Amino acid sequence: MPVLVRIPTPLRTITKGNAEIQAKGDTVDSLVADLERQFPGLKERLLDESGELRRFINIYVNQEDIRFLQAQKTTLKDGDEVSIVPAIAGGR
Amino acid sequence: MEKLNGLRCRECGRHYPAAPVHVCEFCFGPLEVDYHYDALKGVVTRESIAAGPPSMWRYRDLLPIEGDAAVGHHVGFTPLIRAKNLADELGCREVWVKNDSVCHPTWSFKDRVVAVAVTKALEFGFDTVACASTGNLANSVAAHAAEGRLKSYIFIPADLEQGKILGTLVYSPTLVAVHGTYDEVNRLCSEIADKYRWAFVNVNFRPYYSEGSKSYGFEIIEQLGWRTPGHIVVPCAGGSLITKIWKAIKELKTLGLLEGPVRTKMHAAQALGCGPIVTMIKNDTDVLVPVRPNTIAKSLAIGNPADGYYAYKTTKESGGSGEHATDEEIIEGMLLLARTEGIFTETAGGVTVAAAKKLIERGVIPRDESIVICVTGNGLKTPDALQDRLQTHAKIKPSLSAFDRALAELKSQTS
Repeated sequence: MPVLVRIPTPLRTITKGNAEIQAKGDTVDSLVADLERQFPGLKERLLDESGELRRFINIYVNQEDIRFLQAQKTTLKDGDEVSIVPAIAGGR
Repeated sequence: MEKLNGLRCRECGRHYPAAPVHVCEFCFGPLEVDYHYDALKGVVTRESIAAGPPSMWRYRDLLPIEGDAAVGHHVGFTPLIRAKNLADELGCREVWVKNDSVCHPTWSFKDRVVAVAVTKALEFGFDTVACASTGNLANSVAAHAAEGRLKSYIFIPADLEQGKILGTLVYSPTLVAVHGTYDEVNRLCSEIADKYRWAFVNVNFRPYYSEGSKSYGFEIIEQLGWRTPGHIVVPCAGGSLITKIWKAIKELKTLGLLEGPVRTKMHAAQALGCGPIVTMIKNDTDVLVPVRPNTIAKSLAIGNPADGYYAYKTTKESGGSGEHATDEEIIEGMLLLARTEGIFTETAGGVTVAAAKKLIERGVIPRDESIVICVTGNGLKTPDALQDRLQTHAKIKPSLSAFDRALAELKSQTS
């Protein structure tokens, strides 16, 4: 399942400068595994030692925060867009 | 005097040179401005501060700008009011209201953060500023961009109050209404900020911007004669203000400017319809569960607060607490403050007054200890909230007899 993944600036050193990547996965977790295959080192920047999404990173599937979906078990389908966004932003 | 020491990750401690960046490349933690406190000791004194202007810039040495303020020269130094009538009503000994509903020029505490961010944008050579906002920030960024002759792009949720939309448009920014919640606007802005070279005050300029909030805390302490109050009740949206007031107190302690020890407990106030930070406090967990906002307090309607974790930690570290307010309690809070102190605050202020009242009634805040209630915005921006609650008492022809009759009728209604 090819999915478009948007990479924030701090991670582009790992993705060879690419801001958008095509990756595969049935779920967010398996997508992260594919990202790691393509760009070794990416996974540990996204997930902590126990495999949980790090506190200061949010992942959105088609603009929806995965914490409102099934978190890392959220399923993906062809053509979905996934954004990885640093959590620290905003004020009001 | 070299006061600034670049940026430092709040989580992993990694250092970065001063730049328009806000996230640690390694752990994604928030970057904070680092100061040479040793260089400031003995230089920043009560006297040096008192000799400064009657604005937030009297604390310039503790703010992250290199030169002079470029905009917003009259921001801050708002009244700290001894609220005797409100104290009587609440059955408390000592209540103060820090009143940023009259902050110059756009009537909210956001002028403090924006004056710093826009000055910083000019220092870094940007020609465009931008923000995601629920209204107050939009007003302030548009106004200060106009003053600084910068272009501005303002992104708001499309359902914002009309007063806040007009109060932004009047300064000639480019206003973009986004069909979505503030959290969606904010996420979009994170992506826009990654693509366009703009000074997003609350994204890539966040480390500098957020420091402006410290001035609200500095002023409370200076205005109390350099003593710390027992309690400070703070409205929370993104959660930054409460952490920065706490930081302000700690900085004054570091510099040896405080009278006596710090005994302040920090309390978070949020609407029940959008209270993820207070929920963390009540459940005593540092894991934030985002919510979909549903409250009349739109300026606090952030379901996924960036500083939620730190706001929680601030209440915990200070021994404070938190409380939710329902929409009805928010309106009662606005009316209570207006009726007792003659201060018309927006819904966010109603949240704070209501939460303070509940914390006092629950015994969390003892009635004999000093309490500061943070009022951060002006009621005239959000009249919609009260529209159905208030009405004119009599409508009469311009004749004395008509007034006599109306007065008699009004008196009979109240007796």
